[in-house]
Amino acid sequence: MYSKGLKPLSIATVVLMGASLALVFFFAPNDADQGFVQKIFYVHVPLAIVALCGFVAGGIMAIKFLRSGDRSWDARSYVAIHMSIIFGTAVLITGAIWAKAAWGHWWVWDEPVLVSFLVVFLLYCVYYPLRFSIEDPDRQARYSSVFAIAAGAFVPINFAAVRMAEAFTHPRVLSQTGGSMPGDMRLTFLVCIAAVTLLFVTMWKLELTGKNASMQLKRLRRKLEAEASA
Amino acid sequence: MPALPLDEAGKYVAGAYVVFFTLIVVYVAIISAKIARIERELTELVEIAERQDEPAGEAATPRDGEPVA
Repeated sequence: MYSKGLKPLSIATVVLMGASLALVFFFAPNDADQGFVQKIFYVHVPLAIVALCGFVAGGIMAIKFLRSGDRSWDARSYVAIHMSIIFGTAVLITGAIWAKAAWGHWWVWDEPVLVSFLVVFLLYCVYYPLRFSIEDPDRQARYSSVFAIAAGAFVPINFAAVRMAEAFTHPRVLSQTGGSMPGDMRLTFLVCIAAVTLLFVTMWKLELTGKNASMQLKRLRRKLEAEASA
Repeated sequence: MPALPLDEAGKYVAGAYVVFFTLIVVYVAIISAKIARIERELTELVEIAERQDEPAGEAATPRDGEPVA
């Protein structure tokens, strides 16, 4: 069910990841200001964008679950948030490395983009204890969905609030005027975003396929055990 | 801060990309372990199903093509 199209998707992900790495290291020029260190940007920023979009997607899937009552939407929402947490971890680590190289500090507490991402990340870390502290499956799915919707709505609000903040020490990548990247850097950046998005979707489908297979096995085991005891 | 020289900047860039790929490799390893567990459980369930299908007394008889120890 979930494994449909997984093979071509995996191949496309590997090809695009390879292409994006080639573009980063052999095509995109070094930044005039930061030099070679700016190459971190091509992994850090796409990961952050895809992680935030994944959180919002988790909220939209949770709305679908609450509207339809179909448990598969709850599973999709949970896995989207789970993947976004993994990507978010990578964002925080790569961001800290970039900050150390560019600013001389692993973390800067008065930088709104960094702190707001950390707030969103920690907010979603609460999702796991909330979900797994509820034993009843229906209540678990319902409460988790409500959390996913509320937190998912917080993500774009948080993003807008940071944009409206006055201090801008963190480089802005996407803006209404199109940012300030030259064409070859922009192309590389867009390919990196596409590659990381495909990676997210592939991992999401892979995780869902695994979870679905485990659930089907449990059902089969229960059925066989019931038949054996009858 | 002025741009770091290539030899120093390279360490940070390599660090960031290694973190990214390490996370992917760890994830693939976890998924591989899950798939191996699913395969083991499936084999176990197939054995249970086959035992249930066999009439009593034939359970110990090897089938065609099955190696006899």
